Amino acid sequence: MQFGIMSVSDITRDPVSGHTPSEAERIENIVKIAVHAEEVGLDVFAIGEHHNPPFFSSSPTTLLAHIAALTTTLTVTTSTTLITTNDPVRLAEEYAMLQHLAKGRMDLMLGRGNTAPVYPWFGQDIRQGLPLALENYNLLHRLWREDVVDWEGQFRTPLQGFTSTPRPLDDVPPFVWHGSIRTPEIAEQAAFYGNGYFANNIFWPKEHYKRLITFYRQRFEHYGHGTRKQAVVGLGGQAFIAKNSQEAHDQFRPYFDEAPVYGNGPRMEDFEEMTPLSVGSPQEVIDKTLTFRDAFGDYQRQLFLVDHAGLPVDMVLRQLDLLGEHVVPVLREELEARRDPEAPANPPSHADLVKAKYGDQAPRQPRPNANRGDNVTGGSPYQDSEAAAAEYPTL
Amino acid sequence: MTDFRLVVVSAGVSDPSSTRLLADRATQRVTALAKERGHAVTVTTVDLRELLPELPAALSSQLLGPRFTRAVDALGAADAIVAAAPVYKAGASGLFTSFFQVLDNDLLIGKPVILAATAGTARHALVVDEEMRALFAYLRALPVPTSLFASTEDWTDTGFGTRIDRAARELVLLMESGFARAVRDDAWGAYQHTYGSAGGTELEIDLDSDLMRLATGGTLRPSTDDDPFDPRKG
Repeated sequence: MQFGIMSVSDITRDPVSGHTPSEAERIENIVKIAVHAEEVGLDVFAIGEHHNPPFFSSSPTTLLAHIAALTTTLTVTTSTTLITTNDPVRLAEEYAMLQHLAKGRMDLMLGRGNTAPVYPWFGQDIRQGLPLALENYNLLHRLWREDVVDWEGQFRTPLQGFTSTPRPLDDVPPFVWHGSIRTPEIAEQAAFYGNGYFANNIFWPKEHYKRLITFYRQRFEHYGHGTRKQAVVGLGGQAFIAKNSQEAHDQFRPYFDEAPVYGNGPRMEDFEEMTPLSVGSPQEVIDKTLTFRDAFGDYQRQLFLVDHAGLPVDMVLRQLDLLGEHVVPVLREELEARRDPEAPANPPSHADLVKAKYGDQAPRQPRPNANRGDNVTGGSPYQDSEAAAAEYPTL
Repeated sequence: MTDFRLVVVSAGVSDPSSTRLLADRATQRVTALAKERGHAVTVTTVDLRELLPELPAALSSQLLGPRFTRAVDALGAADAIVAAAPVYKAGASGLFTSFFQVLDNDLLIGKPVILAATAGTARHALVVDEEMRALFAYLRALPVPTSLFASTEDWTDTGFGTRIDRAARELVLLMESGFARAVRDDAWGAYQHTYGSAGGTELEIDLDSDLMRLATGGTLRPSTDDDPFDPRKG
């Protein structure tokens, strides 16, 4: 079971001190937070993607490559990568590059993005968001698995004889999660490809997320990737920890009350009761997190949101200390003890995927053919790839 | 002989409230008429005032508290509805409108509704037909032809009693017709739905749709078979 943190990259005024961090400050701090996540023994750091203030994370692969360079065991990932407004060709290239630089310590999670005005900035239309997401992933999937791709779809310029470079590390595509909380088509796509499914598990009662997770598990089995229990499920959640319940509530309340999205809405106590939010002592956070497994079955990755709503960086680092010292070790032990042996303990790592593809053989290392000077890859761009002739249109 | 479930939604905020009073008069007539025709009616009343503490959460994050959830469950199971609002500033009250805006779009499909409003002056008389009726049309509910509107002078007008009777009879006839149930049984798929709506009961997933084919590696691109200029056809 992997534990980590996910950030939406909001730059929010600290309601207690009145201080709004600069972009520079917040970016510097997120690196500190990510590095500290590894120091306290967490496994995963995830960053969101946004293209509007007050968020900073427009270029997740740049940030994650930097963090990967500063860490040794941490898996870097996204929460989420926009599969709608990004060109799948650029995603294939950027994330393959990140995969090389991070030596495989990465994966990514795809999401649609729900900010309507962002779509036209990238030449897209939110009303087409779902078909766009589905079609873009179909292409991304092929770009990482086929050296030469001919492709035609509804939304993007057709590709003829296109090769996405670099090829994935060891010619093994990064593991992909599909994030969704209300769209059966996304769960179906995750199941069809045998990818992971992630529910943010933040705003609603957990029963709400249960339906699609159950559907995803059924369909994962239907498509022959394994049993329901072997499907790869990740969950979000948010926690605020202090040495006792009272202190946690006192410290977190001003941030909760003014938090973007749900601030000035529900009372914190109601939100705790109705949603997966836990505010309290390490034991309370442990108890609440354990209920997730009861609801959703054995799952492989738990990400906590800890750095939002203007929480100052020192407080976030302290949260990580508490998570790493008092919460996660207990959760690891408890969840491992309860895990059905049929369910995987972790989502697949790069090493797992290499082993699955090659067994004990050495992984493929694609070496390009000599540059022919025409700037077109043609049918056989790599020395060992088969000369699949590209279909060029003829008149 | 059928046992009908009637849900009364009242947005009156004082106690006693004239809005609640109007809703109750309509309810009594519905119950009496249904009984005359051999039906039993179980009445559940949702006083929106009691949902006020849960309204901010519902409006800001679609998070429904326990009272909201009970109200949604009752409406989901209802055979008919009486919905009554006070008119404030030339519109149905914010509480009334907010409540129905929070509900999911599929909850009230085909359900017969008596729309009722109270106001301090007859100048607001068209609020029921021009505003409330539109809201229920959006929700695809079925408001009865006779709307109820009571300003101060109506309470002593015998004609008002007749209108209440008329609306109640319309509601009972629509309940008897089984229209809402028939829509649900026979034509539900013809309405647009969102997953998890209709109070969490809309969980059907159509695996045989264009989007599902796209999700599983298919394409949305129309076939190019009939394009005489398609260069790929050689």
